[in-house]
Amino acid sequence: MSSYLLTHLKELEAESMYVIREVFAQFENPAILFSGGKDSIVLTHLAKKAFWPAKIPFPLVHIDTGHNFPETMAYRDQLVKELGVKLVVGSVQDSISKGRVREESGKNATRNALQITTLLDTVEANKYDAAMGGARRDEEKARAKERFFSHRDDFGQWDPKNQRPELWNIFNGRKSMGEHFRVFPISNWTEMDVWQYILQENIEIPSLYKSHMRDVIWRDDSWLPVSDFITIRPEEEVVNKQIRFRTLGDITITGGVESDADTVEKIIEEVASSRNTERGMRSDDKRSETAMEDRKKQGYF
Amino acid sequence: MSTNSYLDMELLRFTTAGSVDDGKSTLIGRLLYDSKSIFEDQMEAVRATSERKGLDHVDLSLLTDGLRDEREQGITIDVAYRYFATPKRKFIIADTPGHIQYTRNMVTGASTANLALILIDARKGVIEQTKRHSYIASLLQIPHLIVCVNKMDLVDYNEERFHEIVREYEEFAAKLDVADIRFIPISALHGDNVVDRSEKMEWFQGSTLLYTLETIHIGSDQNHIDARFPVQTVIRPHTDEHHDYRGYAGRVAGGIFRAGDNIVVLPSGFKSKIKSINLLGEELTQAFPPMSISMTLEDDIDVSRGDMIVRENSQPRTSQDLEVMLCWLNERPMTVGAKYVLRQTTNESRVVVKSVVYKMDINSLTRNEEEKDAKMNEIVKVHLRSTKPIILDSYRRNRQTGSVILIDETTNETVAAGMIV
Repeated sequence: MSSYLLTHLKELEAESMYVIREVFAQFENPAILFSGGKDSIVLTHLAKKAFWPAKIPFPLVHIDTGHNFPETMAYRDQLVKELGVKLVVGSVQDSISKGRVREESGKNATRNALQITTLLDTVEANKYDAAMGGARRDEEKARAKERFFSHRDDFGQWDPKNQRPELWNIFNGRKSMGEHFRVFPISNWTEMDVWQYILQENIEIPSLYKSHMRDVIWRDDSWLPVSDFITIRPEEEVVNKQIRFRTLGDITITGGVESDADTVEKIIEEVASSRNTERGMRSDDKRSETAMEDRKKQGYF
Repeated sequence: MSTNSYLDMELLRFTTAGSVDDGKSTLIGRLLYDSKSIFEDQMEAVRATSERKGLDHVDLSLLTDGLRDEREQGITIDVAYRYFATPKRKFIIADTPGHIQYTRNMVTGASTANLALILIDARKGVIEQTKRHSYIASLLQIPHLIVCVNKMDLVDYNEERFHEIVREYEEFAAKLDVADIRFIPISALHGDNVVDRSEKMEWFQGSTLLYTLETIHIGSDQNHIDARFPVQTVIRPHTDEHHDYRGYAGRVAGGIFRAGDNIVVLPSGFKSKIKSINLLGEELTQAFPPMSISMTLEDDIDVSRGDMIVRENSQPRTSQDLEVMLCWLNERPMTVGAKYVLRQTTNESRVVVKSVVYKMDINSLTRNEEEKDAKMNEIVKVHLRSTKPIILDSYRRNRQTGSVILIDETTNETVAAGMIV
């Protein structure tokens, strides 16, 4: 490689830092949406890099479905302490209690769709004018057309046919009262890039990503963790398996895969030889072919 | 792919343009599929859909059809980004539709690309659309062009037909401003010369498409001569440990900066020396495009967002009058006398359209000096007058500092993409 050419990870890093700094410069009250998943962890690491030696100038906002992995919560609290940033929690349980949303019922009930209302309420209550997320364009086909700076109307909705053109690296964050932006600084990263970067930068990740023993049931083609939040059906059998999670989300819908990958290096090897996408384990995306697009139009992450 | 090889891969961004039937989606599907970037569950979905549609083959173009409206209409209406990697490089494809009404999307896709793939249907040869795509690639100064003559299977893999098209294209391309043009005969449907060498076209001595994408030299695509550093923001930690730290954060847009270099801050003209270049606690000896860094200066001078730090010995022009090639992106046309917000690097100013020099007919590549407006998808050369001096590089010399966008102040929409002449 020529001496004036960056590696692709360094180039992606530089691009993301640039986007995060643009958010800081163009908006008055931005925030980072932090789920505790690897993508939002990498996003937070990049924000740290972008402003060093100053602290990250944004709060971390966690939209809490109430159905958490305890490991995710411990990781989140530790990170917030280390970085010295403000944590803001938007609670789906609160939205349910206040009657803002009604809990789904039936055998495939999840709180996934309910997060939309809680997210929009949290953005409005705190007057965030830009919410940065760790979404990537390679995750799902509806995301392949998402902009870095994604404009949301008064109702927080995304109109895929009416997005602002985005040229070169000039971002237009101008908006009217009541409107806000979702910004996706790691748009151009793939799952593999994220893992390689975690390795390169030696970033600590929640233990759930690494292989461990856990009580699980086989449901919707993946190993679903047994927790207080799911009802085990008569035909389902609880087994103790060596598994790991490829994505972290609501514990009731995040399925694990059988794996003995207990280091980041081994995870990378596993991802490289994997024959299924990471979201293939997420039952929320399996509902219909356009499930993600429909949720996004309403204001999903 | 081993862990280590991944840590020194390069990144190549390329754009594809094509219409519904020239096989662009199939070609991208083929690149993703043959480079093993497609996961089983994605492939299953495509297989099932192909079957439902009653096709007798797996339609690889379905891999890249994104939004529901598009799937229903069977067209691509916006720029979609795709990703794949080989052990040598990671690729980002900006996949854009090719109809004339989507010129704005082609321009968007081309703006970040180092390479453009132009598709020609071997049966049809060079058509208007081919010229339009090539002109836009040239206008946007994409350094490398690969012309894929597709559907060679439908002309019996005929060598003479391929050379005929190459001659036809070269004749037209003489008018363009592209340094590096290559031609490859392919069949995206059957995979000839895409990833694997074609057995049916042994007469072709050149490389396959993927090999070309993997090896084309991109190290000289950036301007390494004229040092440019547009300041995004100023970092002031106000902590005990870094009490006096005042870092200028930004992304290097040209040239090479080293600690100790003599610099000038524009537009103020203040001079200083670079004290240090930092990236998360690491002190770097040099910074070059497209690195994001922060730098400190020896002197305590006033620098803020919108300023540009440049090396003393290679300074840009400063002027309130700009000549710009504009691609109009909005439904509301541009008129002479209209005012817009101009954004260039991290700087913003207000401009008025003084005059239209000509409108480019992108099908005939002729200039029309009569029409004085610009409608969506049209390309015009205009004179703009700014309320304050702008730091100018020509787009030809620097794609970062030479590019601008225009914003409509009432709607906040991005209405035009511009290249400084």
